[in-house]
Amino acid sequence: MSNNPPKMTASHVDVSYGTNHAIRDVSIDVYREDVTAFIGPSGCGKSTFLRSLNRMNDTIPTARVSGDIRLDGEDIYAREMDVVQLRARVGMVFQKPNPFPKSIYENVAYGPKIHGLAQSKGELDRIVERSLTRAGLWNEVKDRLSDPGTALSGGQQQRLCIARAIAVDPEVILMDEPCSALDPVATARIEELIHDLRGRYAIVIVTHNMQQAARVSQRTAFFHLGQLIEYGDTSDIFTNPRQERTKDYITGRYG
Amino acid sequence: MASSQEHTVKAFDQDIGQLRGLISQMGGLAEAAIGNAMLALQRGDHELAAQVRADDKKIDAIQHEVERAVVRIIALRAPMANDLREVVAALKIATVVERIGDYAKNIAKRVPQIESEHRIDPISTLPAMARMASDMVRDVLDAFAARDPDAAIAICERDDALDDFYDSIFRTLVTYMVENPKTISQCAHLLFVAKHLERIGDHATNVAEMIHFAAHGTPIAERDRSDDVATSPFSSRS
Ligand SMILES: Nc1ncnc2c1ncn2[C@@H]1O[C@H](COP(=O)(O)OP(=O)(O)O)[C@@H](O)[C@H]1O
Ligand SMILES: [Mg+2]
Repeated sequence: MSNNPPKMTASHVDVSYGTNHAIRDVSIDVYREDVTAFIGPSGCGKSTFLRSLNRMNDTIPTARVSGDIRLDGEDIYAREMDVVQLRARVGMVFQKPNPFPKSIYENVAYGPKIHGLAQSKGELDRIVERSLTRAGLWNEVKDRLSDPGTALSGGQQQRLCIARAIAVDPEVILMDEPCSALDPVATARIEELIHDLRGRYAIVIVTHNMQQAARVSQRTAFFHLGQLIEYGDTSDIFTNPRQERTKDYITGRYG
Repeated sequence: MASSQEHTVKAFDQDIGQLRGLISQMGGLAEAAIGNAMLALQRGDHELAAQVRADDKKIDAIQHEVERAVVRIIALRAPMANDLREVVAALKIATVVERIGDYAKNIAKRVPQIESEHRIDPISTLPAMARMASDMVRDVLDAFAARDPDAAIAICERDDALDDFYDSIFRTLVTYMVENPKTISQCAHLLFVAKHLERIGDHATNVAEMIHFAAHGTPIAERDRSDDVATSPFSSRS
């Protein structure tokens, strides 16, 4: 567990959708060195909270976020914050792989292009190759980069989405149940990938699969009814949780 | 979803119930083994001693059953938190109880080697020590069955009395050996018997520690042992 300053800090965050108070007073720090898992029963607010970390809730008209969320000490809800830039720094991978209806190459090149990260075609090629390599997909697609991204298998599509997030050189990657649409083999590849990416990016993963949280993360946060019940070392949460509600949930006695 | 979770939990509770049943069965056999071994020793009953040795195989067999059950539970139920600790504790407790059975078997093995003509006095005080040890075993396994960590801790405290018993028997036997070298062989056997009983107490204490760990996820705070002074190279307090 690192002693470095947190990559992101969230303090006293509340989120509501109209009158539905979905997140209540949640404070949490995430670290670059560690993978952080969010667990909890469905509807407890995991996705809502995750989306508040890169202002994806801004796209939901009824959503209201309050509290303080910082990236390297910088208030991400500050007026002068460029949201497009923020979402490049804090990338997101969704539950269902959502490649653009374009070529594999274009899927990865799109972000670097619009953010002006490449000065030449050669440089863009290198970014695409590096991103696909880091996402563990390069060898499988290098001979068919012009095929549509949607022609790949589900697991490959998800790795393509991870490559797309990596391509803009993010600092944080948020993943919302990235494996729930994948078979066990594809899931294992994504978990391995998360393991490989650890340390380079702060990773936050929402998962309803507790074994997965236990396998991939070093820190685990348990949410219940919009509140953060317990946050700690993954090994402590799964062997000796402090809170009764955490224990009931992870032993399957929740209800 | 909810019903499938409930099913899993029920199945888990059944599995853990079965595990607890196996351990209390082992405990009962171990307790009987200690009692019979001591009876055989007192009476010089070779047949009963042979019986204790044969019965030890039953304890071993149940231990293997516990191992298989634990592997199956971990594979199929993926227990977490206190459930996981309880399954791990059950596995370790089964190992310890098997050891306790081995000590009883070892006592039984000595019975044919002790001459029946010149039986010396400490043979009559050993059964009291054996009762103390076997009561600890019984009570600690009761505490496991009742998931009662406080009762388990109380049992740890009785280990000191057993250690004192051992030290006093040790001194008595050394005196015998010095005064009457003819008893050396018999005294050596009895010394081992006393040592085995003292070790049984230690194992009961280990079980208590596992019960505490299963319940709280932390070890029992180290008891203050600063008053202990090793009285001899054979002292129980090393
Ligand atoms: N886009 C939305 N509009 C309105 N309410 C929403 C929206 N997304 C989630 N909610 C509500 O917020 C609460 C938390 O949901 P969510 O964050 O999706 O939970 P989780 O990811 O833990 O399943 C729920 O009551 C849900 O109905
Ligand atoms: Mg969700």
